[in-house]
Amino acid sequence: MLELVNINKYYNPGSVNEMCLFQDFNLKVEDGEFVSVVGSNGSGKTSLLNIICGSIGVDSGSILVNGTDITGKKDYLRQRRIGRVYQDPAKGTCPSMTILENMSIADNKGKRYGLGKGVNKAKIEEYKESLRQLNLGLEDKIHTKVGSLSGGQRQALALLMSTMTPIEFLILDEHTAALDPKTAETIMQLTDKIVKEKKVTTIMVTHNLRYAVEYGNRLIMMHEGEAILDKSGEEKKQVQTEEIMSIFNRISVECGN
Amino acid sequence: MTLLLSVLEQGMIYAIMALGVYITYKILDFPDLTVDGSFPFGAAITCALIARGVNPLVTLPISFGLGAVIGVFTGLIHVKLKVRDLLSGIIMMTALYTVNLQIAGRANLPIYNYNTIFDNDFVNAIFPEALSKYRTVIIIMIITIVMKLLLDWYMNTKSGFLLRAVGDNDTIVTSLGVDKGLVKIIGLAVANGLVSLGGCVYAQQQRFFDVSMGTGTVVIGLASVIIGTSLFKKITFWNVTTSVVIGSLLYKGCVALALRIGLPSNYLKLVTAILFLLILVLSMDRKSAKKVSKAS
Repeated sequence: MLELVNINKYYNPGSVNEMCLFQDFNLKVEDGEFVSVVGSNGSGKTSLLNIICGSIGVDSGSILVNGTDITGKKDYLRQRRIGRVYQDPAKGTCPSMTILENMSIADNKGKRYGLGKGVNKAKIEEYKESLRQLNLGLEDKIHTKVGSLSGGQRQALALLMSTMTPIEFLILDEHTAALDPKTAETIMQLTDKIVKEKKVTTIMVTHNLRYAVEYGNRLIMMHEGEAILDKSGEEKKQVQTEEIMSIFNRISVECGN
Repeated sequence: MTLLLSVLEQGMIYAIMALGVYITYKILDFPDLTVDGSFPFGAAITCALIARGVNPLVTLPISFGLGAVIGVFTGLIHVKLKVRDLLSGIIMMTALYTVNLQIAGRANLPIYNYNTIFDNDFVNAIFPEALSKYRTVIIIMIITIVMKLLLDWYMNTKSGFLLRAVGDNDTIVTSLGVDKGLVKIIGLAVANGLVSLGGCVYAQQQRFFDVSMGTGTVVIGLASVIIGTSLFKKITFWNVTTSVVIGSLLYKGCVALALRIGLPSNYLKLVTAILFLLILVLSMDRKSAKKVSKAS
């Protein structure tokens, strides 16, 4: 379970540009939930993910995982239990390393990176098998450098890599936003499949309202650092894209976007 | 023949240093100027130890180890004190000038009358008279090739994978639950260890330490790396570290040729700088030409 308790976050504190992003923000994510987060630019979606992952700090408040306070924990230590996929496909993989090398390095997450062999040859078949499930033909290209793959292929690989080791949370930061509609659809289906298979608690930020409605079992809409809409369970199933769209348009008009 | 031998000797020695520069410049994307200080640092330690009667063979690991410590300092300045990469190197390079003077005890420390790895009873005994001309170059080659193979091995370990990842995309290192600062420090340590080892071998071949012998080392290193990696980009039957070693030999060859043609040796640094500029511009040209052909 993930809890954000009374989070306060200011940007540029003490200057004329001071901007309050979160004021006494609270959020509780239960184990096994697949939360879709939508909201306009600057509503605090990505900041929320960054706060959870420790990429940015908070001014006050605490972040609890299963009751343990991790607010002061360094980002890399937190991310041992978190898988994260970014909007930019380049961020989830190493371009100058091969697919095999990328998967090997991801497979070692949480263990020591010592002087043992980087690639465990015994696992190649296992890697190929999981690549085969992507249906992108990557299993025949394991010695190809990731830099020469397309954005969609890289994102699929990044998704696979982020969920190779046991994780408590999967954080998806607009991970389909940089892809063409068809590839985005494929990645989204793949995401759903992985989340269901691994039963991992997931928080997905997206600009695609349809994905937010179609996938996941909880929907949150952020606006000016607040969750103005939070539907889960049966309520979430009733939600229609048009309904969300109209709320979204209303708040956007209010801000003058 | 003598020219060729000298190019091979010097090129191979500088190749050890260039392998270090390859780690920082190509893999970590960190232009590390510490090199100008850690190369003579290795030489200073070596001459100081040999002059005190230490077995010359022992100076090799000691130079590597202490050079690695120097790299850790550069890394700490950059990672922990958040000083920019270029400035961290400049700070260390400047500080090392004094450190090197203190280690050697004076600005110039010759070791002509002492045993070196190239000239001792054991080496003199195993090399027959006819080969004695080549014993230096053979020993240098062995050291360089061993270091190249060790580096190749390291780059394929888990730790080496992280090093490659951090220069490529440091976000992923954090995602893997590893402190990216630590990985950078390790990389700088290995790199400066190699550079210092290069200085150690150089000092034994030249048989002296001079406080100014490090000036321009980083340029030689960068030139070697850039020549090697851009000239042999397409070649797949040997790996990048081999390209760097060959790059170093080619670079030394070019400089030797320029001097041979009749350029006074006072112009050496100018030749070095112009050559480096040429290499940079030429390797850029190749890149943009490729881009154009791809686009069309």
